[in-house]
Amino acid sequence: MAVDIKLPTVLRTHADGQASIAVEGATIGDVFADLVERYPGLKANLIGDDGGLHKFVNVYVNDDDIRYLQQLDTKLADGDVISILPAVAGGAI
Amino acid sequence: MTRHDSVLDLIGGTPLVGIHALSPNPDVRIWAKLEGQNPGGSSKDRIARQMVQMAEADGILTPGSGQIILEPSSGNTGIGLALVAKLRGYRLRVVLPDNVSIERRQLLQIFGAEVVASPGAEGSNGAIRRAEQLAAEDDSLVLLFQYGNPANPLAHYTTTGPEILADCPEVDVFCAGLGTSGTLMGVGRFLKEHKPDLVVVAVEPPAGELVQGLRNLDDGFVPPIFDPDVLDRKMIVRPRESIEWTRRLLSSCGVFAGISSGAAVAGAVKYAASMTSGTIVVLLPDGGWKYLSSGAWTDDLDVVEERAQRINYW
Repeated sequence: MAVDIKLPTVLRTHADGQASIAVEGATIGDVFADLVERYPGLKANLIGDDGGLHKFVNVYVNDDDIRYLQQLDTKLADGDVISILPAVAGGAI
Repeated sequence: MTRHDSVLDLIGGTPLVGIHALSPNPDVRIWAKLEGQNPGGSSKDRIARQMVQMAEADGILTPGSGQIILEPSSGNTGIGLALVAKLRGYRLRVVLPDNVSIERRQLLQIFGAEVVASPGAEGSNGAIRRAEQLAAEDDSLVLLFQYGNPANPLAHYTTTGPEILADCPEVDVFCAGLGTSGTLMGVGRFLKEHKPDLVVVAVEPPAGELVQGLRNLDDGFVPPIFDPDVLDRKMIVRPRESIEWTRRLLSSCGVFAGISSGAAVAGAVKYAASMTSGTIVVLLPDGGWKYLSSGAWTDDLDVVEERAQRINYW
């Protein structure tokens, strides 16, 4: 599957300043493996010590948080857009 | 009850109203809980009252003492706390991002709160950091800290949740915005105890993109009261969609609600499209009054969307 990954400003320095990267893979896990192979600096920012997602990273497939889909096993379709956003305080507080 | 001794007794007991006209499926009913009916104008009145009550019970606050309560807020919690503080004899200092709508700043001021500005570009994270710094410098300040205070989810566990179950016992799905997570945690836990199959859907703004002040991921923040296991689904709703659904609430249902309410409804409608039948309750945190200056209902959608990149309407 060919999908686009959108990176937040804070991670772009680890990916030659790119905001969006085209990647290939059948699941989020595949796509991340491809991504960190090309940009090793991203690894520590995406994956936590336990092999799961970094606790301050939220990953969305077409606006749905993958923690509530199948996490890194979430399947992808051609044209899906993956957004990585840092976890920050938000909302009407 | 229509006669009360105190405005504080008016907090909660908000109505549900059908917004079925917005459902993509006639077999999926959507009920909106109108938190704008609270006396301070938002769901945050509930947590303001609960946080102060618990601090009084713990001896941290003494009624009538004139102690200063400190809180980071983009507006609604500050307004709720200002109301409670005024009636219980405290002063209030609110750390407010400098890019919130003008009405919020005005409301805080007329309720008697002192406003300390934090940089808008740092979002709510910046307001939190500033409040923690102020509290560390002066230990007479009482930081109630809605992000970490168990009174926040407790207020929803003891009031909002039971109200929803009593008024809509057939509820299958509860949908609300995610900020401190207090509403979702409290209502979600309560409803799941009574209805194990209930689905909790969280809607969040794409706040991350606005936070330019974030130097690295480790500056990130997850509210201490947040338990990811209470949620079943979490989705982003973007500013343009939020504004579109805020408009539809008014034009199709006559419901005049704030922009985060539009976002919550957008999420509820998306989730409704995946259901064959059932009942959704969506919480609308406040009314539309504080957002008139945003032009959300009056200006061109492109203009409002662009403005929403700069001004914090959440």
